[in-house]
Amino acid sequence: MDVVINGERKQIRGGTLLDVLSELELDPRAVVVEHNRKIVRRAGLGGVQINEGDALELVHFVGGG
Amino acid sequence: MTTAVETLREEPLTIGGRTFQSRLMVGTGKYPDMDTMVRAIEASGADVVTVAVRRVNLDRSKESSVLHFLDPKKIFLLANTAGCYTAADAIRYARLARAGFNDFVKLEVIGDEETLLPDVVGLLEAAKVLVQEGFKVLAYTNEDLVTALRLEDAGCAAVMPLASPIGSGLGLLNPYSVRTIKRRLHVPVIVDAGVGTASDACVTMEQGVDGILMNTAIAAAQDPVAMAQAMRLATIAGRAAYLAGRMPRREVAMPSSPTRGMLD
Repeated sequence: MDVVINGERKQIRGGTLLDVLSELELDPRAVVVEHNRKIVRRAGLGGVQINEGDALELVHFVGGG
Repeated sequence: MTTAVETLREEPLTIGGRTFQSRLMVGTGKYPDMDTMVRAIEASGADVVTVAVRRVNLDRSKESSVLHFLDPKKIFLLANTAGCYTAADAIRYARLARAGFNDFVKLEVIGDEETLLPDVVGLLEAAKVLVQEGFKVLAYTNEDLVTALRLEDAGCAAVMPLASPIGSGLGLLNPYSVRTIKRRLHVPVIVDAGVGTASDACVTMEQGVDGILMNTAIAAAQDPVAMAQAMRLATIAGRAAYLAGRMPRREVAMPSSPTRGMLD
């Protein structure tokens, strides 16, 4: 399905948000997920399905002052 | 006979209900490599370390986040909202950060690209919303007393006036204003941004502020680990000098040696 991840159009297999992270080879413990502008806590990632056209922001923590 | 002189007593630094050992806080940006960063943080003695929130790079998903290199048992992570130019963006970043680890946020709402000076209207707006949501807000602001007072009224856990613009290394440009903010506020005052070298850190702490946060001064030094150690000592020295109470300034000299007993 087509979704937008971090501002880019992506083709993914779909499933839950946890499945999406796994498909992208991202560690759920190191990423914060915003699904259609709503933050989904780590424990809830497996319970939310991704749908065609959804927008995901996947952020992590980098060096900063 | 001893003369009893009232001197200031040291008290631990407590922000938002958490007590910290070091009055020096450091950032994690701009280091030449992660190993240098880890050793510099260690040398600085800091127990509060700032990080930024950014998109994961999907093309390089193996790229580690900075958290991978920081031991959460030894340091307290403080996420910033650096790069945000509106209250709405800063609030969004703060919420993402909270989902990552804790409800403390170093709130930045930037108003000008060249100077990175804060947008105090947006800052106050974001601070009010985040405090309402239960965040412990440490607000990065300029050295304006009235803004600092408003931020305290808004419920900020700490107010962070700048020494000089972010990354400028110009040192403490307005000691009077920073001192005034410290004198008037009840919440901790942590000077954030602008120090360039150890003397800047020392002079800043001599104003009586509760702490100091820096990044570039350490990360962009020729030897970041050695500079981190210098900053640690300067912060301690400046704090100790403030507590000791400096002598009054005079416009004329006063001899240190006796004027009596001189030969004819």
